Amino acid sequence: MSSPFSTMATPIFRNNPVLVQVLGICSSLAVTTNVSTGLTMGISVTAVVALSNLILSSMRNWIPGKIRMIVELVVIAVLVIITDQVLKAYAFDVSKRLSVFVALIITNCIVMGRVEAFALANKPIPSLLDGIGNGLGYGAVLLLVSTVREIAGSGTWLGMQVVPQAAYEAGYSNMGLMVLAPGAFFLIALLAWAQTEFLLRKGGK
Amino acid sequence: MEDSLLKLLVDSIFTKNILLVFFLGMCSFLACSKKIKTAIGLGAAVTFVLTIATPVNWAVYNFVLRPGALSWTGNAELAGLDLSFLTFITFIAVIASLVQLVEMVVDKYSPSLYAALGVFLPLITVNCAILGASLFMVERNYTVSQSAVFGFGSGLGFWIAIVALAAVRQKLEYSNFPRGLRGLPGVFIISGLIAMTFMAFGGM
Repeated sequence: MSSPFSTMATPIFRNNPVLVQVLGICSSLAVTTNVSTGLTMGISVTAVVALSNLILSSMRNWIPGKIRMIVELVVIAVLVIITDQVLKAYAFDVSKRLSVFVALIITNCIVMGRVEAFALANKPIPSLLDGIGNGLGYGAVLLLVSTVREIAGSGTWLGMQVVPQAAYEAGYSNMGLMVLAPGAFFLIALLAWAQTEFLLRKGGK
Repeated sequence: MEDSLLKLLVDSIFTKNILLVFFLGMCSFLACSKKIKTAIGLGAAVTFVLTIATPVNWAVYNFVLRPGALSWTGNAELAGLDLSFLTFITFIAVIASLVQLVEMVVDKYSPSLYAALGVFLPLITVNCAILGASLFMVERNYTVSQSAVFGFGSGLGFWIAIVALAAVRQKLEYSNFPRGLRGLPGVFIISGLIAMTFMAFGGM
């Protein structure tokens, strides 16, 4: 049995949910045009994954196998509704910009995937840690992608001007492609490539 | 001025493609695009579910959930209710039951397609494209005919995109990719290129 620390740490890099397990791609592409939405989304997803893992894992011995999916969906949906209401109350601007993507955490494969693959077979505390680890791994990718996209696409980071005004006067212009869909695809591709290459080298040919 | 239905249809298929512009339904897009045949089957199933689910959810939202939506009952107390916080959970329930229906129909009439789609048929329930389309419909205040057209168009857009990707992937199966690019990263680059071509429809 792996230690609590490694349960939490492996999904952050080695078994990253987005890059290796291919879960939750939809939202990691859609909300990363700037850092503030990416960060909010990362935190929300971490909260939902961790809590749903904890709740469903403590319920795992009482859920009948046949209606498993429905029970899972109900728990996840309730958690997402709470997250949505909290965001609306305390971070209205960001929640407006995230629009439907908060609701789409329900159908985010990370949540369902981790519940099915981990929480239903493990005790509550390791499940909670697994949830947090996967949420953080997802958040890390979001942060990375949104940082690159915001700096290259709008010249800002978290709303602060990063590219100096002088550069614009010297003929520099923002890279429009980064804000649009294809930019996100290429960035994730490069990240996943770098990560696979790293693991291949490390693991010995 | 309201957009015409035809414009909405073309928009949702090409310039506002739900998959390549809004990134909804990515998981099945990546996982089910190894073979053209599976892609066609999944595309058909998604289109079908989307076309039905969007107007049904429209009805549920406008007659039950919206603030003041229950006024048709004539009961003042009910008319004052705002159930919109239940939107997500209701939509998911509607979609889940519709998917169940589609699953039974496909199983009965085309067992080979059923076997090919495998786990991805029940997973349409958690396909973001379907829930996403319903939520966009609420956010953009579509009428019932608009939401039906939007659902159908989004489904078609998904279908075209997934078949296009599957066609490219099938061709690339035996090509000599760099080792680290094989699998997922390569697929992302192809999807990026497809997304760029779809952008061209928007007159970029």
